[in-house]
Amino acid sequence: MTSPLEQKKLKIAGPSVVTANRTWDGIVVYRTAGRSWSADLSEAAIVRNSDEAKALLAESIADDVGAIGPYIAPVQVGTDGRIEPGNLREQIRRTGVTIGQPVQA
Amino acid sequence: MYAYDEIDRTLVNERVSEFRDQVKRRLSGELTEDEFKILRLQNGVYLQLHAYMFRVAIPYGTLASNQLRALAHVARKYDRGYGHFTTRQNIQFNWIKLAELPDALADLAEVGIHAMQTSGNNMRNVTSDQWAGVAPGEIEDPRIWSELIRQHTTLHPEFSFLPRKFKIAITASDHDRAAIKIHDIGLKLVKNEKGETGFEVLVGGGLGRTPFIGKTIKHFVHGRDILSYIEAILRVYNQYGRRDNIYKARIKILVHELGIEKFSREVEEEWQHIRNSSLQIDDEVIEDIRSRFSYPNYEKLPHMPDELRQAAADPDFEAWRKNSVSPHKVQGYSIVTISLKPIGAPPGDATAEQMDALADLADKYSFGEIRVGHEQNLALPHVAKRDLPALWKALDKLGLATPNVNLITDIIACPGLDYCSLANARSIPIAQELTRRFANHELANLIGRLHINISGCINACGHHHVGHIGILGVEKNGEEVYQITIGGRADESAALGNLIGPGVKFDEVADVVEDIVEAYLALRERPEELFVDTVKRLGVEPFKERVYATR
Ligand code: HEM
Ligand code: SF4
Repeated sequence: MTSPLEQKKLKIAGPSVVTANRTWDGIVVYRTAGRSWSADLSEAAIVRNSDEAKALLAESIADDVGAIGPYIAPVQVGTDGRIEPGNLREQIRRTGVTIGQPVQA
Repeated sequence: MYAYDEIDRTLVNERVSEFRDQVKRRLSGELTEDEFKILRLQNGVYLQLHAYMFRVAIPYGTLASNQLRALAHVARKYDRGYGHFTTRQNIQFNWIKLAELPDALADLAEVGIHAMQTSGNNMRNVTSDQWAGVAPGEIEDPRIWSELIRQHTTLHPEFSFLPRKFKIAITASDHDRAAIKIHDIGLKLVKNEKGETGFEVLVGGGLGRTPFIGKTIKHFVHGRDILSYIEAILRVYNQYGRRDNIYKARIKILVHELGIEKFSREVEEEWQHIRNSSLQIDDEVIEDIRSRFSYPNYEKLPHMPDELRQAAADPDFEAWRKNSVSPHKVQGYSIVTISLKPIGAPPGDATAEQMDALADLADKYSFGEIRVGHEQNLALPHVAKRDLPALWKALDKLGLATPNVNLITDIIACPGLDYCSLANARSIPIAQELTRRFANHELANLIGRLHINISGCINACGHHHVGHIGILGVEKNGEEVYQITIGGRADESAALGNLIGPGVKFDEVADVVEDIVEAYLALRERPEELFVDTVKRLGVEPFKERVYATR
């Protein structure tokens, strides 16, 4: 696998965050501005251009013990500052399966 | 049932302590994810959207009741109370914590279950007919040979670092329930003129991005030579296989590029070097494996017991019996398929409670044995016919008596975008909606045998290419779009389906399937003509017209 950092151009189309899965239990986490991980999307650091995105991703990848598989994901930021996932995949990662589980968690 | 020997028990236990240490080192930062990934994959641990996913092998689909209870225990203690049975005789847990995985593996090891050969570029869990050993007319129990191959290939260095994953399936019946034609190697037990047991060997089947139906490479390989023959195939594959290109690395591509004649010549040449080596199997080895499979002490029972005659008056029982109960090789017994496809639910999921209760029912009615089939259903392989009515009542209470086996709502679906990190589109909600559309049992019965298979991306875990109706999720401009094929099949007449036209949106899929089914009902020559046969007779065109005329 080529590391995402080796992608020379890291284009982002709009506001984005870095997301990954926490190493010890696998849950979905977001990189915060305080250089840690949070399970809460509202605490995610927002990046708005490719340099920022690259820097946040590099710093996230460096924290290999904290979380695995970090990547840039699109978000939408409302006028009130609320952060929402930018696509269906990220929506599902945030809120869970769309199908009703056999046993509710 | 199969009783593992000391070597296997030691191997499985050592494997658990090894992995415990690896997890510890990973969590302390001593191992990086890059270093750890291959180790976790060797133990069935993937990373999915929400969490780690843990895939456990059920070799040749045979489970003892205590093993099913252990799976229920893992679902309850370490996961969210359910598991997902896959199309390759595995079960997946979707929310497992890495830190707890060694404990889960240790609990499973106590009953001889493990996750070896469930991921990575190695020889995968060898699959077989879920009716092995009980199907009428089978040549012999194919699990003996599955077990032989399992023993030979487990952790074998030559098969542990292949160009790509490698899948073998074995059947011993004319009707292929193991989908051998879509495996890297498919084996069909046959007898030669002398009455000796051997195999018809197929090679190069597979789905995914570039689907192929397997081709016969040799009509008869004697049982004693099967390991050397498989090894010869793998050596040719290892030598030529495209390690440089993940999309071209499967053996199907090699067979296609070399052509089956050249490929088989290469294999033949390699085989002549090794067939008289230590790979030749002594009869004692086979007899030893055979002796470890135990079969029930069947009673002498009537073909038509009173209990069954009386229950036949109940139309609900009869509806279930017709679809779920199949002939057994021993008079007075049946094979019972347990539908894991309730209307509106994800295909192949079972809760811990269901698994526990089913383990109890297996003890009571099926000599403690359960089977797992590639259609994502379970089976009880040895049910006395007199017990069928009581079993049905018990299953019904558990939500496990949906009378839809082999009908249109018995859908195969991969996890899709609800779980899978590779997915382009959702699979399960499509399946759920389709089961609601065709929930009416009379309608489903009228339609008859019809398999719908759904995959959430081109990897084809839901076998969409070989569904009578196949549904493939793709992504177009950030939206889920579904391509629909018809006319595929996965049995002894395996074929790939044909695309009916442009992809359709999430909300339209169920309507389109309804249109296809309506067209079929109008076009079939007689009620017994199955959907796939009508498609074969008429081609895609009339269905295409019906679907796109109004869209
Ligand atoms: C959710 C995690 C899963 C992942 C990441 C995954 C990944 C993959 C990939 C990458 C392939 C294509 C391999 C190739 O062609 O070389 C594949 C094929 C396949 N997978 Fe999965 N899979 C998952 C779940 C499942 C499930 C749940 C099932 C059963 C329902 C399944 C059964 C299969 C089968 C039968 C194939 C067949 C095609 C073939 O090997 O030719 N997988 N999977
Ligand atoms: S077919 Fe694609 S989406 Fe479905 S489980 Fe396989 S890899 Fe995931």
